[in-house]
Amino acid sequence: MTLWEVFVRPRRGLSHVHAGSLHAPDAELALRHARDLFTRRQEGVSIWVVPAAEITASSPDEKDPFFAPAADKPYRHPTFYDLPEGVKHL
Amino acid sequence: MIDALEIGDDCLVLSQRLAEWVTRAPTLEEDVALANLSLDLLGQARALLSRAGDEDDLAYLRGASGFRNCLLVEQPNTDFAHTIVRHLLYAGFLFELYAAHPEDEVAAKGVKELAYHRDYAALWTSRLGRGTEESHRRATEALTALWPFTDELFEGHQDLRAPWQSWVTEVLEGAALPVPAVAQRTGGRRGQHTAHLTSLLTELQGLHRDHAGATW
Repeated sequence: MTLWEVFVRPRRGLSHVHAGSLHAPDAELALRHARDLFTRRQEGVSIWVVPAAEITASSPDEKDPFFAPAADKPYRHPTFYDLPEGVKHL
Repeated sequence: MIDALEIGDDCLVLSQRLAEWVTRAPTLEEDVALANLSLDLLGQARALLSRAGDEDDLAYLRGASGFRNCLLVEQPNTDFAHTIVRHLLYAGFLFELYAAHPEDEVAAKGVKELAYHRDYAALWTSRLGRGTEESHRRATEALTALWPFTDELFEGHQDLRAPWQSWVTEVLEGAALPVPAVAQRTGGRRGQHTAHLTSLLTELQGLHRDHAGATW
């Protein structure tokens, strides 16, 4: 059976967040299993399921070339701005 | 009007049947799915049986002949195909019954749960019917074994037969499963049950019989 990665959107206005994975024979059943496994306590308003094999992930070996160069570039962080009041989830 | 005892007993007995899969389902995911269906029905059973009397007394202290559930829901799980086909036939009926009674509190809430139940059963029915040679054979055997108990669903609910029939026929056609020509059996609503109910109740009521009033 195929392994599926499950992404749940907790509320309107938020992004889908990885919730876990499950086994299912196809996408339709994967959605329903995801509903039973990850949204039983009203955690979500929308679910995505993606075949785990379709995800291309960065490798831990490539960690340095991928992520280290960002460390000394503070101008990329939005720390020079004041956040307007009332803006949530930014 | 919804008969609290008849439909309450249907829900209780079918809930117990589904719960028998817990720790035994083909996959962990299916285990949780079947347990969810079971718990939905248990909630409806409790609400309905509380209307008919004391829910615990009704569940734990009656013998088989005191139960008014239809014969379909007491039929054994046998295999996954039987479980799915039984659920397709029954959830299809209960959905129509609840949808016809929006003024009833249990039905108004239950109709959403049952919409999911019948969707779930329909998805699996089509996968079993159009899956492998073995899954098709098992689904056909299940349909032949369970179809005889469908007439009884509509005792007192003749108006629900047409919408149920049209939905079930569509699902079965999509699953390449022909409706079998088999003789019908009734009796559950009058307390005349198959021996399967007795063994189900032995398990359901065993703890209460050994330790009356036990709590934890």
